[in-house]
Amino acid sequence: MPSSLETAAIIAKREFAAYFATPLASVFLTIFVAATGAFAFYIGGFFDRGQANLHSFFAYHPWLYLLLVPAVAMRLWAEERKSGTIELLMTLPISPWEAILGKFAAAWAFVGLALVLTFPIWITVNLLGDPDNGVILASYLGSFLMAGAFLAIGSFVSALTKNQVIAFILAATICFLFVMSGVELVQNTLRAWTPGVVAQAVSSMSFLTHFEHITRGVVALPSIVFFLSLIAFALFANVIAVDQRKAA
Amino acid sequence: MPVLVEAERLEKSFGPIVAVDGISLSVKKGEVLGFLGPNGAGKSTTMKMITGFLEPDRGRTRICGLDVEESPKEAKAKLGYLPEGAPLYGEMTPRAFLTFVAEVRGYRGADVKSRLALAVERTGLGSVLEQRIETLSKGFKRRVGIAQAILHDPPVLVMDEPTDGLDPNQKHHVRELIREMATEKAIIVSTHILEEVEAVCTRAVIINKGRIVADGTAEDLMRRVPYHGAVAIRVASERARAVISVLEQHEEVTRVETVSEAAGRTHLRAIPVDGKAIATGVASLLRDKALAVDELFVERGRLDDVFRDITTSEQDSNHA
Repeated sequence: MPSSLETAAIIAKREFAAYFATPLASVFLTIFVAATGAFAFYIGGFFDRGQANLHSFFAYHPWLYLLLVPAVAMRLWAEERKSGTIELLMTLPISPWEAILGKFAAAWAFVGLALVLTFPIWITVNLLGDPDNGVILASYLGSFLMAGAFLAIGSFVSALTKNQVIAFILAATICFLFVMSGVELVQNTLRAWTPGVVAQAVSSMSFLTHFEHITRGVVALPSIVFFLSLIAFALFANVIAVDQRKAA
Repeated sequence: MPVLVEAERLEKSFGPIVAVDGISLSVKKGEVLGFLGPNGAGKSTTMKMITGFLEPDRGRTRICGLDVEESPKEAKAKLGYLPEGAPLYGEMTPRAFLTFVAEVRGYRGADVKSRLALAVERTGLGSVLEQRIETLSKGFKRRVGIAQAILHDPPVLVMDEPTDGLDPNQKHHVRELIREMATEKAIIVSTHILEEVEAVCTRAVIINKGRIVADGTAEDLMRRVPYHGAVAIRVASERARAVISVLEQHEEVTRVETVSEAAGRTHLRAIPVDGKAIATGVASLLRDKALAVDELFVERGRLDDVFRDITTSEQDSNHA
């Protein structure tokens, strides 16, 4: 019998290929690359800033992910449940953990591929100036980690419903709360109404804050730990959701 | 023959609805168990529990001695399962899909190829291997589902309505396949098509409202039909009275009924004592008495009647 990692890898391979079996892959990759570029150049004012860095590029990633990553995650389990293939999958010698890890890994690799395809902007900034490539690499890793957190939440939500649209909206909403929790507006409101600890706790869950920590190259480790633990927690919830709701 | 599937008092409720209410089954190697019941009787739920997809509220299942809940991976490795409606990944080709299943089941390299070749040959999928599954006809989709289930030559095979929605040729093909595999496996086939039970099953279990209401060979079940084994006789009406009086003296005949009378021909029915085989006795008796008859044949009970009888009488008693 194959090991758990092998089984997860076999599932990941199938899932990854499944993205490319529909137009989803090309639509997603095109829009992602085009949108990241457009945000960086037009809205972020990449040229006007006159700085050789990619801050204007990475700053919009949380907002883009809000829309695009739930679209990648929504089919992971909802589709299996809707088409009934979950019955096929879960009666093969596969544990829920292996299936969840495999699916998550495939989705994460897919978003990773989208990130890799933004390399022209990295070439551009290196041609125009002399950026700190260490910071850029860290930012890419931070963005990838944040995408993983979005995906893990999306995968969990996807296991709660047979309807991909519901999965998308729920995941986007939850992710929106995570992104917004660090914004001044939310923080000020919280501080006015609740003890400082609460505002602090909510703020410590903020994707924006943690992502910034990583992209600015300061105190990155706690933020990396934050994203990784959030992924682990969401996947754990995912296992329970798949177990509980597979027959419903 | 060893018992390969053992389900003990399985119970499952969905909210207030009791889907399965204490079903126990055991299937030996070489047996093909027909699992019958009206829609909604709990067939699929029972099969989902046997295959480890659903956890029962109570009860347990062992596949080849392995508890499905305690060692799920090991038990599932011994099992081939065709879920109801044969769900498949539509975007894949049969080749990619079967390769995926073979890899998950632990085959590598050349073994994958040989496993695939065997399953494809048995199910006749050769011509469609490179087409996307969603573009295939229903019959081919079903075959892909069956190929997936028999790929690893499992000792236990569970198929939920394998012939549902297929045309007569496809049905025949699937039944042939089941018969071919029957000797070396324990097979459970659910169906609501009764001819299927007579065609492939060595044993039939009828369930209704989550309970087993009958268990036996097709022959056993048919014995429950009132006219099973009765001898039907068609004779010229002027000889009918003579025939009746002769047959009524036969010790193995309970009584003789007149079924119909038309166009100078009378249709009689001789009911045997305890379902005994009386045809030969009746025929020679009539010959001895020089009573010529037009037609004489043994009536066989129809499984449909048994099925309707059992499943509706149960409903009536529940209403009472």
